[in-house]
Amino acid sequence: MSNPIDLDPFARFRAVTRARIGLGRAGDSLPIRAVLDFQLAHARARDAVHGRVDFSAMAERIGATQSVIRLKSRATDRSTYLARPDLGRRVDPTALAGIEKGEWDVAFVIADGLSAAAVEAHAETVLSACLRRMGDLRIAPIALGEQARVAFGDEVGEAFGARIIVVLIGERPGLSVPDSLGAYLTFDPKVGRRDSERNCLSNIHADGLTHEMAADKIAWLTRQALRLGLTGVDLKEDMAGTEALPAST
Amino acid sequence: MSSYAILLGRQRHVFDDLKALMAAASPEKSGDRLAGIGADTNERRVAARYLLADIPLRTFLEEPLIPYEVDEVTRLILDSHDAAAFSPVAHMTVGQFRDWLLSYESTTDALSALAPGLTPEMVAAVSKVMRNHDLIVAAAKTSVVTGFRTTIGLKGRLSSRLQPNHPTDDPEGVAGSTLDGLTYGVGDAVIGINPAGDNLEACMRLMELFDRLRQRFDIPTQSCVLTHVTTSIKAVEAGAPLDLVFQSIAGTEAANRGFGVDLNVLREGREAALSLKRGTVGDNVMYLETGQGSALSADAHHGVDEQTVEARAYAVARHLKPLIVNTVVGFIGPEYLYDAKQIIRAGLEDHFCGKLLGVPMGVDVCYTNHAEADQDDMDNLMFLLASAGVNFLIAVPGADDVMLNYQSLSYHDIVSLRHSFGRPPAPEFEAWLYRMGLFDSEGRLAPQASSDVRRLIDYRASA
Repeated sequence: MSNPIDLDPFARFRAVTRARIGLGRAGDSLPIRAVLDFQLAHARARDAVHGRVDFSAMAERIGATQSVIRLKSRATDRSTYLARPDLGRRVDPTALAGIEKGEWDVAFVIADGLSAAAVEAHAETVLSACLRRMGDLRIAPIALGEQARVAFGDEVGEAFGARIIVVLIGERPGLSVPDSLGAYLTFDPKVGRRDSERNCLSNIHADGLTHEMAADKIAWLTRQALRLGLTGVDLKEDMAGTEALPAST
Repeated sequence: MSSYAILLGRQRHVFDDLKALMAAASPEKSGDRLAGIGADTNERRVAARYLLADIPLRTFLEEPLIPYEVDEVTRLILDSHDAAAFSPVAHMTVGQFRDWLLSYESTTDALSALAPGLTPEMVAAVSKVMRNHDLIVAAAKTSVVTGFRTTIGLKGRLSSRLQPNHPTDDPEGVAGSTLDGLTYGVGDAVIGINPAGDNLEACMRLMELFDRLRQRFDIPTQSCVLTHVTTSIKAVEAGAPLDLVFQSIAGTEAANRGFGVDLNVLREGREAALSLKRGTVGDNVMYLETGQGSALSADAHHGVDEQTVEARAYAVARHLKPLIVNTVVGFIGPEYLYDAKQIIRAGLEDHFCGKLLGVPMGVDVCYTNHAEADQDDMDNLMFLLASAGVNFLIAVPGADDVMLNYQSLSYHDIVSLRHSFGRPPAPEFEAWLYRMGLFDSEGRLAPQASSDVRRLIDYRASA
């Protein structure tokens, strides 16, 4: 039994919410179209989580203009990465040996995190937009981190001797947005930094924060952090007119 | 602390102390692996269960897993233990208790009378030697009934939380999800929103939105804005129309401190809501959420396995006489519950342990996109929980929470379970659904034709 309705009584809400309302029903159940739409969204989110960033190709592209170093975490595969966040936060020791200490203001890590799709779609553009805004700063070689979480950057930044680490990372996908990128800034990076010592921008994607807006904010936060000597809860992000969407987790 | 040892064939298994034994006896959970306390072989897990089955229940009164001196939850558990209620099972071991729970002697009345005599550690221990079947069958015999404007937990009923979350708390967006849910007969346990912003003014605006809607259509239910307990206390002081005080809680003092609460502030929150006297059929004014792994994620687990710490949260809950409690079972992520097998097991454990302790237990049947689970797995868990007599389940439009970015059940799922099991909503709310023409004469969803239904769907939150 189904009850088709001539007019969508929920039409007036659709401009103000992405919630799956007014779906109709087949008996007590979701109609077939709603079931398949949901499955498609979930499939994309799952593919984003389990997808692989093509870091070789990325290294070549970025390497055309910047020094690049490829790193891995201590999580050897995706299922270990998901079950053991502690391993994804640490750099594989053999890879770590390739990092040379230097006099760097800023080091960048591009980390796959929980969405390969986000990193493929947004990370390089955001990186180059940031670099354009930081021409006067000493930038360490760009680190690409495989099976890496946010705190992975702490160990990388420490090894570089960088004053601040910026981690561009794939965020946990939702059904509506499978490719959202996040950016985490940590001053004086070293193993054991707490989340309250970082600043975070989230929701960098087509319907959220644009690449240019994100780069504006990252550059602003970086300069404030270098000036004040800190990141975290004591560094308020108070740029007018560039309000981010609420964080997704 | 005594150690425990057993010889199985030629292999001797030794466990340093009671909490190590409990952790090793637990069904596999990624969170216990992460904490380094789970059994490292399958044989060792079963070895621990043999030993655990022979431990007298009263051992848990004599040997606290987390010391009395350092943890107020342990003090609450031991100081409020009812020895007289415990006496019918006081002579039993964990294994004998399991057999008794499945026997004909453990009737609904017997289990209700026993609840104040049980501690979280006892029920956690017995759950570890119970199969999923046992957890369902034993839980189905319990009854925990509470009330505010609806009566929740009556035998043969299934209640639901309507969860109209919105990424910016847009009033019309929230109203759209709420009205949609009401047309499915969802929301008799609570209309409960996770606010996007945690500030007092935003929360009060949402409380007022739900209260106007409730009064406009004379809906017998309660609403809740799931903000921090201290914000709710301020809202009461500011004169907001608050029905229920919400708080996330955990099973150790340190984990609760991570949530910014202790037993005192929780009691203050309850007193604040009670002072408003807004309930009509009961005065259970708290809504609490829990979930395995939360103490570990706050590094506040004291080496105790995540399921036992979770059961300890129900002692905190029981103390506060809540209207509803639910585990947000699959929300925490794969580092604590890796896949659907672990999520389903944890959902059944949490429901069983809560009910046995006398807590009005519901479940958010849910998962995140990085867990190895999908909607088919949630179908399995919701049917299992309905068989186990769960007090209420959570539902969001189309199973997709667009604010918290995870998947729960859909409004449709609640309707389907009610019909599959013949379990209508809370009686006060059910009568309203008939009055509004939302249910037909057989209690099924009516075609949306009546003028009352039109008025409901056309309701404007900002008007």
